[in-house]
Amino acid sequence: MSGEVISSERIPINLRTEALEQLLVERGLVDPQVMDTFIRTYEKDVGPLNGAKVVAKAWTDPEYRERLLDDGTSAVAELGFKGPQGEHIVVVENTDAVHNVVVCTLCSCYPWPLLGLPPAWYKDPAYRSRVVREPRTVLTEMGLELSQDTEITVWDSSSEVRFFVLPQRPSGSENLSEAELAALVTRDAMVGVAQVRT
Amino acid sequence: MTAMIDFDVDGPAAPPRSNGELVFEEPWQSRAFGLAMSLHESGAFTWDEFRAELISAIAVWEEQAVLGEDYSYYQCWVTALEQVTVRNELVTPGDLVVRARDLALRPAGHDHENDHDHDHDHDHDHGSGH
Repeated sequence: MSGEVISSERIPINLRTEALEQLLVERGLVDPQVMDTFIRTYEKDVGPLNGAKVVAKAWTDPEYRERLLDDGTSAVAELGFKGPQGEHIVVVENTDAVHNVVVCTLCSCYPWPLLGLPPAWYKDPAYRSRVVREPRTVLTEMGLELSQDTEITVWDSSSEVRFFVLPQRPSGSENLSEAELAALVTRDAMVGVAQVRT
Repeated sequence: MTAMIDFDVDGPAAPPRSNGELVFEEPWQSRAFGLAMSLHESGAFTWDEFRAELISAIAVWEEQAVLGEDYSYYQCWVTALEQVTVRNELVTPGDLVVRARDLALRPAGHDHENDHDHDHDHDHDHGSGH
């Protein structure tokens, strides 16, 4: 490690970023159009709706659910969701007995192709450290009260594995179509800090 | 409840904003994100290399966190980018400091922050891609 490069110079972060971009563009190492495409994709196209489609399919197609739990990466790719940060997806299923919640304690790894980029609270140092130590308290603070009989399992994502929660299908949703189900599934439910409600 | 659901627009999981939250809070954050993605795609560094720098930048911030200073994930992201581009000899720390200082000397009111949102220099081929 060479230590901090220029952050000790007290230069505003927007100027540090702009300086880096200018130099790399001038040297032909970065194409601004390619940058724009990446940004637009993650701002507009890739978001939690992808994950919601996976969940709805798993709820309505038992064979797909099996494949999803068996090999998350390839089951997700079946629906066309792949790309950076989507190489090693492991799906964990919520039941009455076990509730799963996901964190990345080191650096906010997140299954981008399924959920888009992570929200601020997921990246926050407080969430990253506390959900491991006191998951029930953190979930309660986030509005999720679980039965004392439900065990909570915390999964720490890393470069090797990115966890994704398959939430429980809510009661009263028996007559909904796959598309209607997908519309119920929230990002927070797929990280494990909420449940899906009708 | 039986109303038509527009699969791509409605619903709590609809992109691009998840639960009402913007993906990027400020323009520099999106530029930093785009830089890392472009450099990685062109093979300038591996993602593991970048991630290791990101972990280290976050750890440094957490050790040195000043009370009242807000955590900024993308600030750590930029530090990681600087580290990885310097180590791969794409830029030098001196280049970065000199350029950033030049940028700081621009006349006030020159709104560079929003340069990238206007797209005025580019051809208007917004239909391409997505």
